[in-house]
Amino acid sequence: MLKPIRFVPARTKIRFVNKRGLAFTLSAIILLASVFCLTSLGLNFGIDFRGGILMEIRSSSAVNIPQIRDRLSTLGLGEVTIQEFGKETDALVRIQRQDGAEKEQMAAINKVKDRLGSEFEYRRTEFVGPTVGKELKEAGIIAICLALLSILIYIWLRFEWQFSLGAIAALAHDIVSTVGLFALLQYEFNLATVAAILTIAGYSINDTVVVYDRVRENLRKYRQLELSEVFNMSINETLSRTTMTSVTTLLALFSIYFFGGAVLADFALAMIWGVCIGTYSSIFIAVPILLYIKLKRGDGDQSGLQAPEDER
Amino acid sequence: MLQFPAWKMTLVVLICLIGALYAIPNFLKTEISENWPNFAPGKRVSLGLDLQGGSYLLLKVDLDVIIKEYLEDIATQVRKKLRKARIGYSKLGATETSVSVKIRKKEDFSESNELLANVDLKSQIDFGSNGFVKITPRDEALEERKLLALQQSIEIVRRRIDETGVREPTIQRQGTDRILVQLPGVDDPDRIKALLGQTAKMVFRLVDVSKSVNEAITNKVPSGSELLAPLIKSASEPSLYLVKKRVMVSGEHLIDAQATFQDGQPVVSFRFDTNGSKRFGKVTSDNVNRPFAIILDNKVISAPVIREPILGGSGIISGSFTVKTANDLALLLRAGALPAPLTILEERTVGPGLGFDSIEAGKLASIIGLCLVIVFMVVAYGLFGIFANLALFFNIVIILGALSALQATLTLPGIAGIVLTIGMAVDANVLIFERIREEVLLGRTPISAIDAGYKRALTTIIDSNLTTLFAAICLYSFGSGPIKGFAVTLAIGIITSMFTSIMLTRFLIVLWLRGKRPSSVPI
Repeated sequence: MLKPIRFVPARTKIRFVNKRGLAFTLSAIILLASVFCLTSLGLNFGIDFRGGILMEIRSSSAVNIPQIRDRLSTLGLGEVTIQEFGKETDALVRIQRQDGAEKEQMAAINKVKDRLGSEFEYRRTEFVGPTVGKELKEAGIIAICLALLSILIYIWLRFEWQFSLGAIAALAHDIVSTVGLFALLQYEFNLATVAAILTIAGYSINDTVVVYDRVRENLRKYRQLELSEVFNMSINETLSRTTMTSVTTLLALFSIYFFGGAVLADFALAMIWGVCIGTYSSIFIAVPILLYIKLKRGDGDQSGLQAPEDER
Repeated sequence: MLQFPAWKMTLVVLICLIGALYAIPNFLKTEISENWPNFAPGKRVSLGLDLQGGSYLLLKVDLDVIIKEYLEDIATQVRKKLRKARIGYSKLGATETSVSVKIRKKEDFSESNELLANVDLKSQIDFGSNGFVKITPRDEALEERKLLALQQSIEIVRRRIDETGVREPTIQRQGTDRILVQLPGVDDPDRIKALLGQTAKMVFRLVDVSKSVNEAITNKVPSGSELLAPLIKSASEPSLYLVKKRVMVSGEHLIDAQATFQDGQPVVSFRFDTNGSKRFGKVTSDNVNRPFAIILDNKVISAPVIREPILGGSGIISGSFTVKTANDLALLLRAGALPAPLTILEERTVGPGLGFDSIEAGKLASIIGLCLVIVFMVVAYGLFGIFANLALFFNIVIILGALSALQATLTLPGIAGIVLTIGMAVDANVLIFERIREEVLLGRTPISAIDAGYKRALTTIIDSNLTTLFAAICLYSFGSGPIKGFAVTLAIGIITSMFTSIMLTRFLIVLWLRGKRPSSVPI
């Protein structure tokens, strides 16, 4: 018979909540750094949001980037960035939004194609006009806010409002730090990044809910125990699950990162960061923060905290 | 725990089978699934443009032009009516939303008011005390015009694209003034973009021979005439034409146009409908030996001299055509003119090479991700890990089946969604198994531990999955194309994983418990 290996020992007694000072400091530093990066460096918006042109080209041999740059620089298209993409034969050409309306953008694409000629394979051409870019930006912000709001309301309905606040705090922490990371590394912030952020939100809240469920259960079970003790116990009890799920998700994500092609690599990277920060925030932010919000403990009166129905 | 009612078992098996049935065509060669008996599902997952290669164009119909034309129409009506009744007026003009005119003499007010009261039935007409009349089309009228123009535009776009021979294009209305065009397999949309970039309004007008072009440039362009540039600049054509503004025959009357050859030169032959034939016949009879201009979108294609009356209603346009430009012009004339110009707001084109590579990379990432998770689950949970893996396998099968059945589009981010689901789908089982471990540690018997594990993990699983589902729904409502694909696979994955990891594993474990009657849980 297969003998399972316990990766996380059965009865851990790590006093997570007691280290909240350290965790909060660390998170404060991360958040401040994120805000600083956002304000000073800003996000490197991709063409999805800024408008502009992106072309992925492939050459039969290794691409000579300086040579392409020279050839394109005389076209007067403004800022043109060229970088290797995934393979040495592939390159991404990004061209800033051209002055004028959509027509001028289309003209720029044709100019580039004319200049580079048929020695390249045009694997991808993307053009986003200024109108659509602005709309996508707004839609992205609305989607993230809506996601947060619906999660807030759901947790509020299923738990107590205190939990809802804690979950949103943890979630905001994850989102801000992810956006901050993108500002710091100056990775392109595009539609896929927004998708990654929303997925991170989903994953992180998933993690938080699991721990919260246990907190709720234990609060009911151990009425006399101090809050921080109940919290520690709950985190430890769910620690194995939290770790295991993070590992399986990370396995899948690393596989996308390494084998899923260059287009998905950035997305996977954002998600990898998100899974790590989401797991951290569920343990070190979402739960300890409950200590500072007036958590009702239903002594005798259980109306405040409803136990799961299966509790008998 | 051992009670797992027969209907539930049947349901579980049935859902897995149906999922598999719908998923199977994806793994067969096209010839086989197409020759499938009719009752069996033969649809495959439809691949997004980023995977199969193709072009995505978001077009905007410039509806302001439509409104402008509408107002100009009203202004023309006003002019005609007032002139006919010999009423003096001034300041006739259109603003962005209305047409206004001032009636000069007080004694004309009552007559003009009567005349203008029904100049446009869908307009609000205000008569000022000092002779000012303001005609403002009502919002409904404007909306109606815009909608009609949008629908016409879609129709013309469809005709033009169909003429190019693109297979299975998708042309959809989006919002109030946009058209979404998806062209699978088109990796160089330049020709289509060029075709859609022209309104292709063709008119026949007489050339003004009262002055030479140079005279008109240096002195004054005669009123009722204008200078127009040629469509194709070449040495043999003049750089400008002086053309009368009045339209003799318009392209609306064309019923056919074909590219052919005349004396070895590519030309376009055309044919008018009955009305157009009559008018064209009259115009050409009246103007023998004078040049007339064939004008497309305010550019002169050519300006031949009328040798003899053309009464048959058909003719030939020659010009500096190549075979390609002749073909394109014929196509545009056949498909008809757009009511308003189109602008390309967004373009995303993926070549077949990248699409193929993306599919391969997606497959590789899925398989490796799947293998890693499978191995990890067996190492971590032993026999139960195998149960979870079986559930995972069926989860993927059902996702594929659902995607095929719903004909949802699978995109590259969608593949990422599936891989991510692989990682996250086992979460429910992890939750259950960890709970079983706890219950075992509390000293419960296998059956009661497993039972408690499932029961207690259930609320957590539902809570956590529903919240992720919310995120996926938000993503769907926000996203365009590829991102929508991601949201779809993520959402389907969440739902199917809840089924497989709760129901299916339970089913398997019940079978195992019944068969083995174990004294301890190997977890």
